[in-house]
Amino acid sequence: MLDYQKLLNPTILNIKPSGIRKFFGIVEEMDDVITLGVGEPDFQTPWHIRQAGIRSLEEGKTRYTSNWGLEELRREISNYMSRRFQLSYNHRSEILVTVGGSEAIDGAIRTLVSPGDEVLIPIPSFVCYGPITQMAGGVPVYIETKAEDGFRLTAKALKEKITSKTKMLILPFPNNPTGAIMEREHLEEIAQVLKDTNIIILSDEIYCELTYGGKSHVSIASIDGMYERTVVVGGFSKAYSMTGWRLGFACGPAPVIHEMTKLHQYAIMCAPTTAQYAAIEALRNGDDDVKRMVDEYDMRRRLVIDGFNKMGLKCFEPKGAFYVFPSIGITGMSSEEFCEKLLYSKKVALVPGNAFGYCGEGHIRASYCYSVSHLKKALERIAEFLEEIKNQK
Amino acid sequence: MNIKLLKLLNQNAKYSVHDLAVMLDMSDEEVKQEIESMEREGLIRGYKAVIDWEKLDGAYVSALIELKVSPQPDAGFEDIAKRIMKFNEVESVYLMSGAFDLCVIVKGKTFQEVAMFVAKQLATMEYVLSTSTHFVLRRYKEQDIELVDSDVDDRRKISLC
Repeated sequence: MLDYQKLLNPTILNIKPSGIRKFFGIVEEMDDVITLGVGEPDFQTPWHIRQAGIRSLEEGKTRYTSNWGLEELRREISNYMSRRFQLSYNHRSEILVTVGGSEAIDGAIRTLVSPGDEVLIPIPSFVCYGPITQMAGGVPVYIETKAEDGFRLTAKALKEKITSKTKMLILPFPNNPTGAIMEREHLEEIAQVLKDTNIIILSDEIYCELTYGGKSHVSIASIDGMYERTVVVGGFSKAYSMTGWRLGFACGPAPVIHEMTKLHQYAIMCAPTTAQYAAIEALRNGDDDVKRMVDEYDMRRRLVIDGFNKMGLKCFEPKGAFYVFPSIGITGMSSEEFCEKLLYSKKVALVPGNAFGYCGEGHIRASYCYSVSHLKKALERIAEFLEEIKNQK
Repeated sequence: MNIKLLKLLNQNAKYSVHDLAVMLDMSDEEVKQEIESMEREGLIRGYKAVIDWEKLDGAYVSALIELKVSPQPDAGFEDIAKRIMKFNEVESVYLMSGAFDLCVIVKGKTFQEVAMFVAKQLATMEYVLSTSTHFVLRRYKEQDIELVDSDVDDRRKISLC
C-alpha cells in the first residue's frame, strides 16, 4: 500500500481545503433548496453566440489553434480593449487566449512569482489567488478591505503591506464577493503608491462588464505609469454568460505574455477551439446582449439590496459583479452559523462571508443571478428566519 | 412613458408596485401614477395570464385563418376588420402584407366548432373573397413564454465563483 501522504507534493498538501466544503456538501445533497449560492449567470449563452460555436463544428473547425489563440480572436480582443478601456494591446505579442480567466491568473502568477516572493491579495476576494501563489512558492500577504471604505483597496492599507519582497499586487475588482468597484480616483491613489516600485499588478477584471449606476469600469492599466506593470485578466464567462465554454485572456507587456505563452504551450496547448469561434461572435455582435443582461442584473440588484436592508441586514451598495454582501452583525451569529441555521430551518442557501477570507466574517454573500420571483421567495424566507430568531431571544 | 416599466410589466404583470419601484429606482407613487396614466392613454390595454391550454384536454383549439378581402373605397380594410374583431370566437385580427389581407386567429372548443365558425360566419361575410384555415397543432412558445422544455436550471447549488 502506497503512503500517498508521503508521495504527494507537501505544498499542495499544506493548502488547506476550504472549511466551507462540508457546508457546500450539505447544500448539494438537500432537496428543494432555494439557493442564492452560485456566481454563475442564469442566462443562457445568447443564441447567436452558441450558433457561431455550432457553425464552427459544422465546418469542421475541430483542431488545435495557435498556442496564442486564433489570430482573429486576438484581433477582436485587441479592438475590444481599446474601444472599452482605451487600452492598446498588440494582438501578435501582448494577448494570450486562455482556458477561462482562471488559467490566465494561474499563468501570470506562475510566470512572475519566484519562491519567497510576496503577493498582496485584498480580501474578501475570490479564493484562487492564495493557493496558486503558494504552488509557485510565493507567500500570500492578505490586505483587509473594509465596509466603511466601500470594500476598496486603499493606498494606506496597501503601503502598510509592501516590503522589499513584494512582487505582485492582485487587484480583484469588480469584486466577488463584495460587489465593490475601484473608480478612477481610487486607482490613481494606488498608482501613486506603486509608480516608483517594481511591483507588478495582476488585475482580475473578469466582472468588468458588470457595473451599475452609470459607473463604467476603469482598468488600472489605463492609469498613468501602470500599463507597463499590469497584466489584465478578462474573460467571457460572466459578461456573456459563457461559464461552461471556459474562455478567457490575458493582456500585458510583451515579455510577460511571451513567457506566459511558453507555460501555456507546455501545460495547455491552446484554449478550446469551439469556444474561441463563439467568442469572436460575442465580441463582434454581443454588446446588446451584455446591455440587456446588465439592465436585468441592475434591477435585481436594487431589489435584493432593498430586501436585505428592510430586514435589518445592512447592505453595502455593490456597484459591480452580481453579488450583495450584507452584514449579519445584528444577529450575533458567525457567518457559518447563520448560513447553517438558515439552510436547516428555511432551506435557503447563502455563502458564508468568511469563505472569501477571514475578514468576510460577519457577512454573507448572496448572488442575484436568479429570476425576480426566485429572489423574492428567498428574501421572504430569510426575513421569516430573522423574525424567528428575534423571537427566540 | 417609461419603456423599462413597460418591459417589466410585459415580462410579468404581477410584479407589485413596490417591487417595480425598487427595481426602477422610482417611488411607489411614481410607478402607480405612471401605470395609471399608461392605462388611461390606452398604451396598456389589459393584463392576462398566459395559459398552456394543452394541459386541459379538449378545452381549446385555435386556427390561423388567411382572409382575402376586397378593400372598400375610403374605408379600405378597416370596416371589415372591425366587424370581424367583434366575434367572441376571434382572438386576434391583423392586416397583413403579402399573399392575403387579414390574418384572423380563431379559437374554439373543437376543430369542428372552429371550422363551422369560419364556414358560416367569416366565409359568408360581404367582401370576403376567400378563406384558408390552418389549425394550430402544438404551441411551443406563447408571448415570450416557452411552453415546452423550458430551460432547467442545471447550475450547481452553491459555489465560490
